[in-house]
Amino acid sequence: MTEIWHSLTRAVELIVSLDPGVIEVVGRSLRISGTACLLAALICLPLASVIHFHHFRGKRALTNVIQTLFFVPTVLVGLFVLVLFSRAGPLGDLGLLFTPTVMTIGQMLLIIPLLLGLTISALSGVSKEIVDTATSLGASGFQAGWLVLKEARYAVLAAVLLGFGRAISEVGCAVMVGGNIRGATRVITTVITLEAGKGDLELAIALGVILLLLALIINIVLNRLQQR
Amino acid sequence: MTLIEVVDLNHGYGAREVLKDLNMGVGKGEVFALIGPTGAGKTTLLRIMGLLELPRAGEVYFDGKSVPRSGRQRLELRRRMSFVHQKPQVFNLSVYDNVACGLRWRGESKNTTAGKVERILETVGLEGYKNRNARTLSGGETQRVALARSLVLEPEVLLLDEPTANLDPVSATKIEHLISYIAGQHNTTMIMATHDMFQGQQLAGRMGMLLDGRLAQTGNATDIFRSPQNEQVAHFVGMENIMPGVVTANNEGIVTVNTGRNTVEAVSDWPTGKEVYACIRPEDITLALSSSRSSARNSFWAKIGLVTTVGPLARVEMDCGFRLVALVTRTSSEELDLRAGREVYAIFKATRVHIMERKSS
Repeated sequence: MTEIWHSLTRAVELIVSLDPGVIEVVGRSLRISGTACLLAALICLPLASVIHFHHFRGKRALTNVIQTLFFVPTVLVGLFVLVLFSRAGPLGDLGLLFTPTVMTIGQMLLIIPLLLGLTISALSGVSKEIVDTATSLGASGFQAGWLVLKEARYAVLAAVLLGFGRAISEVGCAVMVGGNIRGATRVITTVITLEAGKGDLELAIALGVILLLLALIINIVLNRLQQR
Repeated sequence: MTLIEVVDLNHGYGAREVLKDLNMGVGKGEVFALIGPTGAGKTTLLRIMGLLELPRAGEVYFDGKSVPRSGRQRLELRRRMSFVHQKPQVFNLSVYDNVACGLRWRGESKNTTAGKVERILETVGLEGYKNRNARTLSGGETQRVALARSLVLEPEVLLLDEPTANLDPVSATKIEHLISYIAGQHNTTMIMATHDMFQGQQLAGRMGMLLDGRLAQTGNATDIFRSPQNEQVAHFVGMENIMPGVVTANNEGIVTVNTGRNTVEAVSDWPTGKEVYACIRPEDITLALSSSRSSARNSFWAKIGLVTTVGPLARVEMDCGFRLVALVTRTSSEELDLRAGREVYAIFKATRVHIMERKSS
């Protein structure tokens, strides 16, 4: 019990003193997951608009597939990316395995279905009359689509934040394709796994607390948005 | 010159036919009202003319040229018009941004846009609302934003779908004033759908009566109100008294119509033996206690069945061998002491009776 207490106080010390080790890992986590989220958003927002505004065969099936992939296990994405970028894999020549870049790609792939699906449903929440009104005021198809995206901006932003939350809190993919290399690919979640495994609780707890704080911040922002 | 025209238009949704073989044209600078009951197809026709919907069959001509069914050219033509919806949807943006949208989509410069938006907001009386979120406005204000949003584009054609249907009388009057002001200022061609025939009469030069997907009659207000061409139109324009009969005599333009129990005299050219309807608007009937002092040709002794008050008027239902409805002012109703069971004379001029052909069905 005293040991746990000791770990807890040390953890608080680490956070309060802005320990360079902690800062480094948290910074890398934010960078990797933030980039992954940004790239996913850049892909998903236009793609979701295209899917939403076009009628085609198999649209419902596609939506179902996207929604199923919301819950894809992180290790499965990790495995896929590992195979893709391993030396013998199709993209092995790029030599990206065990780098932050490939971790970013993995997390991006992981959250694309979530972002895509939630953005599509956000767009569906905008009434058809809005498109109609825009058209009647002389908007082209693209201009009307952009307006609808703006109308749905709070719901879309919420989708992006959820994607970020899933990216920064996942561990499976990060450890598989990142390799948890000190000073290079260690992120919050992988460090927690490693340190806890070694029985070194103070750093693990400190990072856990920070992860929770990040979740809290995201939640507060989400709540604010949903109240609009 | 005809600016916008539809030819042999047919349209429907699923199995339901909404517009049937419709032909109509509206001239440059004209204010045209489409009147008709709900469900007659007014909105659909307006949407097709506004290039918001593609008809199943038929053509739309704009400025003498056929409008293509898709592509850049269609967009360019649509940008010369604008449409105000019945239930206007404002964007979840500031009032300013709502009004500026259309100009931005047309690639107007920032300065021009700002100037035009400021001016139009002043015209519609919303200059203080620039930065308000448009979703927080009242119904009348929302309608004014919608109107401003369309007007700021200085469209050649303005299409208005029931512009005052959801508004209180004060807001409705404001919108009506704005519409006639704009029509007068800019020579804008306007096509407006309304189920309120008096609004049509007040604002439009010419009207088209849409019934069940067909254009039943077009003409100026007097034509349509005084001389409807069939029973349905007559009903819609408030010809409450429609009596079937047969022309029994035609004496130099004055016909005598036998309605079964009585005869009605009217100004008409129909020949003897023609099956017709004799129609009289309720406000064209005067009521009196004696029949002697009037020069009117038609005078019937009637027994009052029911008197109801409608605003400043009294609606009197009577039986004089046939059922007759009259509208008189409340003052005269009180002076004559009109009430159920009382006997009066219903008097109307031969010139006020409209004789309409009766087609045997």
